[in-house]
Amino acid sequence: MTEATVEVATKPRRARREGRTAFFLLLPAVAVVIGVVGWPLTTTILNSFRRVESALPKAPKPFVGLHNYAYILSDSDFWNAVRNTLYFTFFNTGLELILGVGLGVLMFQPMRGRWLLRVAVILPWALPTVVNAAMWRYYMNADFGPLNALLVQTGLRQDYYSFLGSGTSAMNSVILVDVWKNTSLVAFFVLAGLQVIPKELYESAEVDGAGSLRRFWSITLPLLRPVLAVVLVLRTIEAFKVFDVIYVMTRGGPASSTTSLALYAYKTAFSDQLFGIGSAISLVIVLFCLSLSLFYIRALGGSMGPEQS
Amino acid sequence: MSRRRDMHRVRWWVYLIAALVIVIALGPIVWLAIASVTPSEALLEKPLHFFPSQLDLSRWHAIFTQGPNSPAGGFRVAMLNSLIIAFGTVVISLVVGIPAAYAFSRLRFRGRRTALMTFLATYMVPTIALVIPLYLILANVHLLNTRIGLIIVYSSFVTPFVLWSLSNYMDGVPRELDEAATIDGAGRLRILWSVLLPLTRPGIFAAILFATLLCWDEFLYALIFTSTAASKTIPVAVAEFSGKFSTDFGLVAAGGVLAALPPVLIALAFQRYLVAGLVSGAVKG
Repeated sequence: MTEATVEVATKPRRARREGRTAFFLLLPAVAVVIGVVGWPLTTTILNSFRRVESALPKAPKPFVGLHNYAYILSDSDFWNAVRNTLYFTFFNTGLELILGVGLGVLMFQPMRGRWLLRVAVILPWALPTVVNAAMWRYYMNADFGPLNALLVQTGLRQDYYSFLGSGTSAMNSVILVDVWKNTSLVAFFVLAGLQVIPKELYESAEVDGAGSLRRFWSITLPLLRPVLAVVLVLRTIEAFKVFDVIYVMTRGGPASSTTSLALYAYKTAFSDQLFGIGSAISLVIVLFCLSLSLFYIRALGGSMGPEQS
Repeated sequence: MSRRRDMHRVRWWVYLIAALVIVIALGPIVWLAIASVTPSEALLEKPLHFFPSQLDLSRWHAIFTQGPNSPAGGFRVAMLNSLIIAFGTVVISLVVGIPAAYAFSRLRFRGRRTALMTFLATYMVPTIALVIPLYLILANVHLLNTRIGLIIVYSSFVTPFVLWSLSNYMDGVPRELDEAATIDGAGRLRILWSVLLPLTRPGIFAAILFATLLCWDEFLYALIFTSTAASKTIPVAVAEFSGKFSTDFGLVAAGGVLAALPPVLIALAFQRYLVAGLVSGAVKG
């Protein structure tokens, strides 16, 4: 009783004092983040309203209003990159989610040698993105690619196929290569979600005569929903920013058929030296990711509970 | 009776699928290592022999003995650059992130939640939106093509990550311990140093592992900010080489195996840590 009264009496002063301490403790982190994220981001926003055609600091940067945005909106290459990015994001995330749920359930099965399965599944995820892309670029090579050798020698195909030679095939190949690596991540999220589902639910459903498929649909999937929502948003954001795997595998080709928005922004800024327009394109990616992040943060806020707010 | 037989049949299928998954996941990685010791002529054979009749260790020898400007020697130098950059970044992020994590976990102040969410949001700002101005800034202060330049830039996305995961971890350490130490007359810094940090050790360890993986995998900044042998990181070296000399895949494979070694070893040794950290970092608030 007395303790509570003391607590209430000193609260405002204590909060002020803690506020000052917090300020000093946070200062270094704030400095790093403002210096290397806040400032550049502000510059990018400003540059998107200017004509910037040189990397030199003294070069003129005339203000052009919404011209850069008008330019990209009427540019067919921009819309091509938007289409490619949406296609990549949709199929990449979709496949990862479906395969990831399957793989997560598989890793959850009480079988012998389960550790081997889990080790095998984590390794593609550990492989650096660039190594993964360089590796598959060669595996899919139209003249000597081991994947081609495997397909022909097992009789699945008659001749070597140029996976990265035509537009649709190149895009689908890049998607599959990224899925091969990142499905692991989804699978481990699913596994963690499965481990907290109470076993009694399954037992009582079994007593009620529900088959395994039925149990999956009406217990597993609904209870996995929060985990799936988080991983879906995280993977969608990652997929929308895709650069590395495409840069290494196809450089955006053949004929821009795999050019994503990030790659298009990169080429516009660093190959064509149109930094203003490149900034405007990169802000389109920011807007998309930001809106998804807000959605993600709100979802997190919901699961945090009132005591931490 | 029928249920037991049903379970038996399910098990059989499960094992078959598991074996298939293991082959699909491990096959390409194992063959990358095999290709790095296969003679170049053997790689161009048709039909391809997946297991070479003789070993060729010349590429590995070249990586460890050739000069830094040769492709093979370049891998060695790039590897060293990546190690130094990852180490520097992790150290800075811990020094900067731990006090901030403590503030978020233990202190009440106005705008606490908003600040925490802002840090999380900066972590999600795409590289491509920052790379142009950062390039200009680094050029002005003469930090292009330096390891320090990349360490500073990497700290910007590793710090929010460290801060976020450690403040979550500290939330799990009971406050009663702090209070007991306060009664014993310990100040805040002392409590952070001798009460919280020892109890947060597993969380810090997991954060170090993840931060290392984040640095190791980064490509876009490194591609644009480093082009000299003395500063290039291993992903840049692998990407460049795989584009230029696509016919000598053996050396690409050796470079790839080298680049994959640290993260793969981390994943193998600390699988449990990683999986737990991954999920709690993203799901728990």
